[in-house]
Amino acid sequence: MKKEGQVRIPSGCAIAAVISRTGKRMSGQLITDAMRPMHDRSNGLGGGFAGYGIYPEYKDFYALHLFFDRRDTRKSCEVFLKERFEIVQSEIIPTRRLPAITDEPVIWRYFVAPLKSVPASLQLDEKEFVARTVMRINTEMPGAYVFSSGKNMGAFKAVGFPEDVGRFYRLEEYQGYSWTAHGRYPTNTPGWWGGAHPFTLLDYSVVHNGEISSYDANRRFIEMFGYKCCLQTDTEVITYILDYLLRVQGLTLDEAADVIAAPFWSTIERKSDPEERQKLLFLRKLFPCLLITGPFSIVFGFDGGLMALNDRLKLRSMVVGEKEDRVYIASEEAAIRTMEPDAENIWAPSGGEPVIIQVKDGAF
Amino acid sequence: MCLFKAENGQMAIQSCAECAHDTIDAAELDFRELNRRLRESRGQSRILNCCGQRFIASGMSKQSVTIEGVPGNALGSYLNGASLTVHANAQDAVGDTMNEGRIVIHGSVGDAAGYAMRGGAIYVRDNAGYRAGIHMKAYEEKIPVLVIGGTAGSFLGEYQAGGLIIVLGRGAGSRPVAGNFPCTGMHGGKLFLRGDCSRILFPDQVTARKALKQDLDEIRNQVMEYGNLFGVDPEELLDAPFTVVTPDNKNPYQQMYVVN
Repeated sequence: MKKEGQVRIPSGCAIAAVISRTGKRMSGQLITDAMRPMHDRSNGLGGGFAGYGIYPEYKDFYALHLFFDRRDTRKSCEVFLKERFEIVQSEIIPTRRLPAITDEPVIWRYFVAPLKSVPASLQLDEKEFVARTVMRINTEMPGAYVFSSGKNMGAFKAVGFPEDVGRFYRLEEYQGYSWTAHGRYPTNTPGWWGGAHPFTLLDYSVVHNGEISSYDANRRFIEMFGYKCCLQTDTEVITYILDYLLRVQGLTLDEAADVIAAPFWSTIERKSDPEERQKLLFLRKLFPCLLITGPFSIVFGFDGGLMALNDRLKLRSMVVGEKEDRVYIASEEAAIRTMEPDAENIWAPSGGEPVIIQVKDGAF
Repeated sequence: MCLFKAENGQMAIQSCAECAHDTIDAAELDFRELNRRLRESRGQSRILNCCGQRFIASGMSKQSVTIEGVPGNALGSYLNGASLTVHANAQDAVGDTMNEGRIVIHGSVGDAAGYAMRGGAIYVRDNAGYRAGIHMKAYEEKIPVLVIGGTAGSFLGEYQAGGLIIVLGRGAGSRPVAGNFPCTGMHGGKLFLRGDCSRILFPDQVTARKALKQDLDEIRNQVMEYGNLFGVDPEELLDAPFTVVTPDNKNPYQQMYVVN
């Protein structure tokens, strides 16, 4: 085997996303193709996608996507699920056999509604109940892993190059109003199916290129609020931070961006608008442990929209473009040109400057 | 007539017998194969349908290459005399550690253009991303030049150790010519910014002052060349206030570790 210095592996993660502002649905083929020109940013140890608006026929039910190591695990997990949920549909996620994708676990999906009595007896709202159930399966049930748990959305991920993962999951058969994608080059943790991106919780999903240096500070803080970081990976903690800030604390997307990619003190000091300055100071002081440092570029998916964000030093690349109703985001312009050769208004957002795209009210 | 200048904007795919252009259709080619073919081709080449292939013309010394489509990261890295022209935007790290030659971009560039560049010239018609000219250096007759026609992102000229960076600020509008934290760690070379720099905060170890006539004489040739390449009147570009930034001390680390 060649050691360091004898071989150079030209890599870095890749992300891409597309959304229709008018809620028009597009096939998963588009986002799969976008990952091709960025092939060399990944190393085949993880690829994944999230699609929004893909399950309109089950839009009122939580779509749980699970990996199981064995059939037995699935049986025992189903018993657990039936105590908490009404399962309206249970099926294998259709896949295509490919030489490039091997060692697949048992991959299953359930469309479920929480049994009214269970969250009521626990005095939890429905979303909190689902989130806690996901945490419980992922930490207490060896061999079972929930990798997607939102309504009318789904994550699809595997070990392999992203363009192969897209074919494996037959994404061309799904139609979504927004899609995100990730090609992985793991730097700290082993490449396995659960560790691929996107990381999700409820309808939130995160694809991430980078390596944050505040992981442990962020993890210690967020675990105080019931989140369990079971994968030692930075993207998981970003997902939980955003869930905490947006769903639990009720911040806006812009405010959440100002917490995790807070401007420098010196930049805040130079803000001419006193109200803006006060607000930035307040957010930095209130959530100092949720400042994410080190390189990241993320696309955060949620019900009805996307947010793209770079770390405040902009240590990773990200480009945005548009054409008609669609907005495109990617690590490289080449990926945008693959989706839309005539994309317009190509620009690179500054570090810490969130790009938020929301589908017109009710159009999804 | 050269087929590469075919009429009606039609792109010719075959080789041109008259002027020895070689054409490479990059669609479906990965970066290794594209670069292999580029190395085999004759003096002048044209790449069509380029889409994200990396390291194009890396280390090349003699060729002249025209690129249609978006080239991938590290375009012209270690370039050693070749001439590259891109009719689109380029991505990150254009001219990484370039030694000699010229890169012309008819569009914008991503982050870290001219990274550790040590010779030659890069001309960018529009804007540059973050960290343009990071760690550019110079040695005796080797003086790299980076000209950015539009605006530059934050950390422009970070750790600049030598060479010349010129930002012309075309189309800046209400935006500053350069983003936050320019010249952080600068300890050599020169940076010229055209237009209003009153809102730009420079670090303590550099001096930013209004450029005088003799300062502007230093960049006259480069601005003329920019004007010629992109069809802009160079006199109009030069007829504006410039700010010139230089480090205060030739050796800012003199007393940091030992007295030397």
